[in-house]
Order: sequence, then structure tokens, then C-alpha cells
Amino acid sequence: MTTPARIAGLPPAFYRVGAFVISLIFIALIVLISGASPVTVIGSMVGGAFGNADQIGRVIATLSPLLLCAAGLVYTFNAGLYNLGVEGQITFGAIAATWLLRVVYPEGATASLLPPPLAIALAIVVGGIGGVLWGLLAGALHVYGRISEIFAGLGLNFAATGIAIYLIFGPWKRPGVASLSGTQPFDESLWLGTFGNTEATPVALGLGLLALAFTIIVMRNTYFGLRLRAVGRNLRAAYVLGVPARRQLLSAFFICGLFAGVAGALQVVGMFHRLIPNISSNLGFLGLLVVMLVNFDPLWILPVAFFFSALNIGSLQLPLSFGLESSLAGVIQGLLVLFALIGHGLAQKYGRKPGE
Amino acid sequence: MKVELHHIHKHFGNVHANDDVSLTVEAGTIHGLLGENGAGKSTLVKILSGFITRDSGEIILDGRPAHIQSPADALRYGIGMLHQDPLDFPPLTVVENFMAGSLATPALLNARAAERTFSALCRQFNFDIDPQARVGDLTVGERQQLEIVRLLANGAGTLILDEPTTGISASQKTLLFDALRRLAREGKSIIFVSHKLEDVEELCDCVTVMRRGRVVGELTLRDTPTKRAADGQPAGKHVNVAARIVEMMFGKELAMPVKPATHQDEVILTLDGLILRNDRLEMSIEHLSVQRGEVIGIAGLEGSGQQLFLLTCAGLERPAGGSIRVGERDLTHKPYADFVKAGVCYLPADRLRDGLISGLTIQEHVALRMSGKGIFIDRAAAAKEAERAIATFNIRGQPDTTVERLSGGNQQRTQLALMPSPLNVLLMEHPTRGLDIESTLWVWQQLIARCNQGTAIVFASSDLDEIVQYSDRVIVFSGGRISPPIAASELTADSLGHMIGGRF
Ligand SMILES: Nc1ncnc2c1ncn2[C@@H]1O[C@H](COP(=O)(O)OP(=O)(O)OP(=O)(O)O)[C@@H](O)[C@H]1O
Ligand SMILES: [Mg+2]
Repeated sequence: MTTPARIAGLPPAFYRVGAFVISLIFIALIVLISGASPVTVIGSMVGGAFGNADQIGRVIATLSPLLLCAAGLVYTFNAGLYNLGVEGQITFGAIAATWLLRVVYPEGATASLLPPPLAIALAIVVGGIGGVLWGLLAGALHVYGRISEIFAGLGLNFAATGIAIYLIFGPWKRPGVASLSGTQPFDESLWLGTFGNTEATPVALGLGLLALAFTIIVMRNTYFGLRLRAVGRNLRAAYVLGVPARRQLLSAFFICGLFAGVAGALQVVGMFHRLIPNISSNLGFLGLLVVMLVNFDPLWILPVAFFFSALNIGSLQLPLSFGLESSLAGVIQGLLVLFALIGHGLAQKYGRKPGE
Repeated sequence: MKVELHHIHKHFGNVHANDDVSLTVEAGTIHGLLGENGAGKSTLVKILSGFITRDSGEIILDGRPAHIQSPADALRYGIGMLHQDPLDFPPLTVVENFMAGSLATPALLNARAAERTFSALCRQFNFDIDPQARVGDLTVGERQQLEIVRLLANGAGTLILDEPTTGISASQKTLLFDALRRLAREGKSIIFVSHKLEDVEELCDCVTVMRRGRVVGELTLRDTPTKRAADGQPAGKHVNVAARIVEMMFGKELAMPVKPATHQDEVILTLDGLILRNDRLEMSIEHLSVQRGEVIGIAGLEGSGQQLFLLTCAGLERPAGGSIRVGERDLTHKPYADFVKAGVCYLPADRLRDGLISGLTIQEHVALRMSGKGIFIDRAAAAKEAERAIATFNIRGQPDTTVERLSGGNQQRTQLALMPSPLNVLLMEHPTRGLDIESTLWVWQQLIARCNQGTAIVFASSDLDEIVQYSDRVIVFSGGRISPPIAASELTADSLGHMIGGRF
């Protein structure tokens, strides 16, 4: 009972930094337990993420769609929605983009029916529309069907993955064999240009940064952002004060779906160049972690998303150098988020308010 | 239990909410705590009950210093607090709540024993609560009774009640006061925070008055039994204390306002054959037309359908039948946005739940009201408007104060400041609930000014004096029926009390 008294009244940053430090200690412990030295593991992870241009490129290739997803989730989180359906929105965006590319470059054709840049641009737009459809579906189930957006989202995630697998093994299967490795890769003319020989594409990075900048401006400076926050904090009061609450909630789903769908399309045209079952690569869930970690404030998304991308890519190195599971990255991310949330909770509960 | 508070200080940012407050409450007495809105009363009692940690100062219970840092600490010392909004678990039953809030947590919950304890305590105080009822279905007064019983079962020696008489019926008030007097006779001490002078006069032995964080006066209303025995004087009430308390609270005497005739000829709100229905009630109104500038008061026991009626008139609930017209416009079954456009405004009773948005600042609320004019927030205009609202409505707060940090009275002022203009129909629940006397007068001044501009007001209140004083006509909600309007000049608070059947 004395603990709260002893740790109460410190500046909020103390709790956040404290929680971060504790999570690092935990991670070091886990690494030790699994039989390696934390220092060499960190060294190898940094090397794995930034060792050469290829690896840096991969970090950026992960960062770009992650920025889009995280930016999209800022809207739904601020509207008070736990949009776990973001994964399905990415997947459906990817499906839509693939569909468009298959239309403009039918199987057996020798060239795209449209100029490739236009085809790629259209694929991204159609991917966005696909994501919007999936987002609005979750939104409609929530707003009109009064189904929890969490369950609606999770259900639609299964549905989207199911559709992708059906397409990959059915109508869109590779000539000859259908396999989990996805559809037939597109003609190289339909691949998004990259930085040199890396996996990173300037268009994806540009769209990611653009989405983030747009989101920061919307949340800080527009009536739309203010109304979203109002709805998220108190739906009833916002409605009584004249905010069209339903429209606001649906808009949040719309924008999040749009960004996630574009991210899905970019996975298709920039990363895998085909539709694969796990096209979303869990970027949606990673985005959820990022946004929760930055406490829904978009300004911090860039550094945190960058850190997570580096962690993801860096950990790919682990099995090679240490025989450690690369899933350790997941454990590390989980611990970071868990402690960040605890730190946030403590800061809110015991932290001194500004000016106090 | 004797409670002493010595030199309590508490700052919130640059607000000195408690500034060197000392207070002594003798065992066996009921001690009133009075003061304007934002005076620091709630802060003080929350410090005593562990909900807020003090910056400095001492709490002494029965002569021994007490270390209170959390509500659980306070309850262990025997201090129980009744909040204005009950802190219970609505989906659970009464007994489950009773057990959930119990300090003793045995490994196995014994529902049968808990129910016996509960019923025995209820009988002592003539409380009539069904142990198996869902808490969500109880009235505010019953939830209060449940809370008292729960605190007593936990061995509370001191009870703190923060504005307990708002929202409960006259008969529940009588029960409450009887229970409190009885507890005082048993040697418990009671701290009673209120804005209602009649209640304080009727119940309290002593009062302490606070202003701007400081104690500005103390007064003995009745000699306590011990003192009486010592002085050999008969028990008696000091006369005309109300005026003295008011003077202490505000540093001046307050003139009672007179409501001028404000109604104009033009009819602004017309209801025809309106049928109201929800899962518990069904009522109907044959015909009602309200003129511009007119004030209609709604009297009735809490939960008799007043809220449903107001929500329906505001377009927030759909009527089961009949029509609603505002001016020439037929708004029946139209969306809420059309009601807003027609100049209808609704101010809910539960300000933080239905009226204001916790976490947003006053300025953000103002900006929210400006929403729709362009895409980008006009910060300069919003700041200016917020400053103006704070100045004209005398809100104790800054533009960047989040609304949940305002005191109850200042939240109501903020709500009033956010009312759109021009306004045709204003629907209000408990417009002055929780406001101090001066603010109440001031609010009605603002409302009367609105009436003069042609706004019609329909308001529900549990304060019958308020209804009789400010209404032109009164409607009574009672037993599932709605009375035709009665001219207020033919009513007194007493006769109205008989009509709603709540006063024995
Ligand atoms: N959590 C908080 N953060 C910042 N300021 C606060 C907080 N709680 C109260 N205050 C400020 O402290 C002062 C005293 O508030 P308090 O709630 O104690 O007043 P009160 O006497 O209970 O008023 P009322 O009669 O309106 O309930 C007010 O100016 C209020 O704005
Ligand atoms: Mg108070």
C-alpha cells in the first residue's frame, strides 16, 4: 500500500523512461536465458538492420507500409475504435490491386494494356478502394449492426485471408501448380521502381511519409480531427453537441481502410510482385503496436515505426549467427509494448500533471 | 469518531484549491460544509477520504495522526465517502455490489450471509431495497442508500456526503436525514457538503463556510447534546442563520430575483398527440403549445419520464406517435441535426456523461461548436471566443483547462456558454443542480435574458421551489401520466409536492 505513495508525484516522463529501461532489462534476461550475450545480439541486430545497403533498403521497405497503416490507425484510435480489422483491409487492398493488374496484363499477354506507370498507379488506387470497402464493411457492422468493431474486424480478417487463399489456389492459381508461394509473379514492367538494387521503393516511402504528414495536420489543425477526438472520448456528448457521430466513425474507418488498402497494394507492386497468402506480413498488427506505443499522437510515429522496422529486419540475422529464433523479435516487440503501456498507465495514475 | 484536519494545502496547477484549511468535526455531530462553486469543498473531503493526496497538512482521527493515501486506507480508518455520482457497478445486483465493495474478502463469497447483513442494516434505517434488484434499475436515492449501508457494514465511523440531496425525492431525503441523525446519535461524525441552505439548516449542528480555498467562517446552528448538558441550555435553533451563511459565502447579501413576464404571443413549440414509450414507461400528451419567451417547468419524481420527454422534444429520441413542430416546421421523425438547425438545444443533467467531453479543453469545446465553418480550425477565433465565454460566464478556468478539471458549477457555466445563438427552444434537466446560490441566481438571469430574446424554455427540476419560482406554467409527471399545464401562480412548492405524490 505504500508503493503508490513512494512512486507517486514524479514527472510523467519518468514512468515512461523507467518502463522502457525495465523492458530492456527483461529483454536482456530473455536473451541470456536463451543462451547468448545481449551485447553481441544487439550488435548483430544492428548489423542485420543497417549492415549494408540491402538491409537498410529492407528496413525502409518495411517502414513504408507500416507508416501508412499506423497513420490510418491514428484515425480509428482517436475515434475510440480498436480497428483490429486493419490486417484484412491490407489484404483486401492487395487482392484488389492484384485483380487490376491481372486485368491490364491478362495471363498469356506479352505486354500491359496500359502504360506500366499508369497501370501501377491504378493498382494503388484500386487497392485503396479495396481497403476502403473492407474498412467500411467493418464500420457498417459496427455503426449499424452494433457489433463490436474488434470482432467485426477480426472476422473480416479471416474472410479476407480466406478470399486470398481461395484466389491463389483457385481462379488465380499459377499455371500448372497452385502453391502457397502465391500467384504467378507479374511482369517486371509492373514492378515499382526501387532505390538502386534494394527492396525499398521511393514511391512507397513517399506515400508513407505523405500519409503521416497528412495525418499530423488533420489531427492537429482541422475540425475533422477535433470532431474525431470528441467522438472518441465521448460519443454521446459529441452527438448532443451536434457532431454527426455516425458519419465521423465511418470516416475514420474509411481513411484507415484507404491507407491500409494502399499499403496492401504497395506490398503487391513494390514487395512481393504477386499475391501471397500472408500478403499483410502482420504489418497491421505492428501498426497497432506502434500507435498504442505513441499514445495515438501521430508526431512520434516516424521514430517508433522506424525502430520497429529495424528490429524486425535486424532479428532476421539472429538464426544465422546464433541459432536463436527470429521470433525473438516478436517477443521483444511484445515486451516493449507491454511495458510502454504499463508506463503510460502509471504516468497517468501517479504522474504529476503539468504545472502541478 | 472525531475528525481533525490541520493546515491542509492542495494545489492543482496554479489553483490553490485548499489553502491552509483546518476543520474539526466532533464525534456525534453533523457538520455542514458550504461554499461557492470551486471553493474547494470536494477537494477537502476527497483528501480526507483518500481520493486526492494532499500537498501538506495533517489528518487526526480521535486524537491520533492518520496516514491516508488511498480510499482503501481511509476506509480502514473508518472514513467512508458518498460521491455525488455513485461509484457502484450498475450491471450487478444489490447484494453483489454489497459484497464487491466489502473490505473483508473471504476466500469464498457467502452470498446468503451477505444478504442477511444487508437486510438487517436496511431494516435499521427503514431502507427498502430489494437485494436481488439490479443496481442499474435503482433510483439515485436508492443507490445512495445502498452505498451508506455498504460503508456502515465496513465499519465507517465517519460518513462524508458530497451534495447528497440532488436528484433524490422528498421522501428519500426524509429517510436519508433520519438515518444520518440516527448515526450521529450513535457517535458517528457526518460531513455534509451541500448548496441547499434549507437542508443544512434542517440537519446540521455546525457549518463551516469556504471561499476560494480558505475557511471564511464557522457557525454553530444547534448546540450538541454534550455541550447542551454542560451549558444547561435547552436545545434550540439559532434564528435567521441563512442570511448570515449567505453573507459569509459570498461576502454580500443576495437579492431574490423576480421573474418578469417574458412570454410573447408567437407559438414556437407545438406537441400534438405525442406518445412517449420506452421499456419502462408509456405516456401521452394530448396537446401542448409553448410560446416564445415562456418557461415551462416539469415536476415529478426522478425517473417519471421527464428525461424521455425532453429527449423526444430535442429530437434525440423518437416519439411512438404524434407530432412535434417548432415554429412552422414539422420536425416529427426528423433527424437530430434538423432539430439543431431549427434552433433546439438540449442541456443534459449529467454534464460529464452527456454534455461535455472529458479530456477536451474549454477552447476545444468552443472550436467544436464552430465546426463546419471551413476545414482548418481557426485557433485565433476559438481562443478569442473561449476567452469571451470565460469572461462573460465567469468560468473559473483557462481556455486550455480540460472540462473534467472544472468544478461542477463551472462545468454548468461552460455548458451554458456553449449554447448556440439564436435559440428557439431550450430543453434542460436540472439547470442549476450542483450550483451555489449565487450561481443559481446568475444562471436564471442568463436564462431570463434568453427568454427576453424569444427563447422558450422547458426544464425539469427536482427543486420544487425553483419550478414554482421561475416557471410560467408547470407540467406534473406522476404515475405514468402527464398533467395538463398549470399556471405557476396557482401553485406553491407544497401544493406541487402533494401533486407529485412524493411528499409525506
Ligand atoms: N483534478 C483537478 N485538476 C485541476 N483542478 C482541479 C481539479 N479538481 C478541482 N480543481 C480545481 O480546484 C478548485 C476547487 O474545486 P472543488 O471541486 O473542490 O470545488 P467545490 O467547492 O467542490 O465546488 P462545487 O460546489 O462546484 O462542486 C476549483 O477551482 C477546481 O477547478
Ligand atoms: Mg464539489
